[in-house]
Amino acid sequence: MPKVRTKDILEKFQLELISGEEGINRPITMSDISRPGIEMAGYFEFYPAERIQLLGKTELSFFQELSPNDRISRMEQLCTDITPAIIVTRGIDVPIELMEASERESVPVLRATMKTTRFSSRLTNFLESKLAPTTAVHGVLVDVYGIGVLITGKSGVGKSETALELVKRGHRLVADDCVEIRQEDQDTLVGTSPDLIEHLLEIRGLGIINVMTLFGAGAVRSNKRITLVMNLEIWDAKKQYDRLGLDEEKMKIIDTEVTKLTVPVRPGRNLAVIIEVAAMNFRLKRMGVNAAQQFTDRLSDVIEDGDQEDM
Amino acid sequence: MAEKQFKVIAETGIHARPATLLVQTASRFDSEITLEYKGKTVNLKSIMGVMSLGVGQGADIKIAAAGNDADDALNALEETLKKEGLAE
Repeated sequence: MPKVRTKDILEKFQLELISGEEGINRPITMSDISRPGIEMAGYFEFYPAERIQLLGKTELSFFQELSPNDRISRMEQLCTDITPAIIVTRGIDVPIELMEASERESVPVLRATMKTTRFSSRLTNFLESKLAPTTAVHGVLVDVYGIGVLITGKSGVGKSETALELVKRGHRLVADDCVEIRQEDQDTLVGTSPDLIEHLLEIRGLGIINVMTLFGAGAVRSNKRITLVMNLEIWDAKKQYDRLGLDEEKMKIIDTEVTKLTVPVRPGRNLAVIIEVAAMNFRLKRMGVNAAQQFTDRLSDVIEDGDQEDM
Repeated sequence: MAEKQFKVIAETGIHARPATLLVQTASRFDSEITLEYKGKTVNLKSIMGVMSLGVGQGADIKIAAAGNDADDALNALEETLKKEGLAE
């Protein structure tokens, strides 16, 4: 299923539909935008037809200089069956040749009032975020002290209950049970909730609750960058858990590595507090304060000093 | 790894109550069980995940299971889907 269609940008940027309405559902597959200046001059060898075409003042004033026959043929070549849209900026009048060609091939022609460069950069930003690689992860996303913490773990381990406790303590819920993750500019993971279950939390024994109506607008947020993964698992006496916090385990989501902590769950262990502290400690480490490192440095100093006294 | 395609026939699609039944059936097994619809994959043991898809009548869904009881899980889910008149 295509992620963006021409009608999405029509709505998003409140453009004016001039002609070619039939093609309004065409998919947009790439975020690159083409300004067909050289094509206006007749060179169609490498015409990127699958991109959105942007016609500004330069292109259109040059176009007006052409002979009537050239005008018709250039616009016909510009409108192909895979062109998602041709957008005229600055509110310029759309040439009649373009309207005719676009109706024939059903290429939507839209008009924007913004200036070309400004519009082009906003359109690129919009398309990049829409076309970014995505995935869905089973887990709960919470904003704890400004750190996006993704809580993962098997069903029934207590992810939602932990999230509820965190919300009660003033943190914000982003998504429960199913987090849609989008990778923006190479290494940024942004998580959101699927529309249908936004603001909802499922607690065994209570059912579905609405966190926003129960706790207020301050208890939710619509998206959050994921910087820490907390994996909850049932306490396994045989397994070795991290006791020092010197090494950082990583987890790969799409192409981005995120720090992952594995926390064993046992009745009576207050996970909300542990997650709060993990988030704060993570921030502290980022600021250059690493308690585990400081301690081991001190320990090696003492051991070295001890060696000298013995001599 | 076992997987199977189904077509949703229930008029209301996979609504809240039927979703609960499916999730409860899936949760009896150790295998990792997923539900795929419209290119999105969710954990079939997660009620919110299943409901977030909003699966309607006539939809093609795929259930996949991986683990030592994958085949049993798939059979049990198929039985639930058919018994409840959800899918075929």
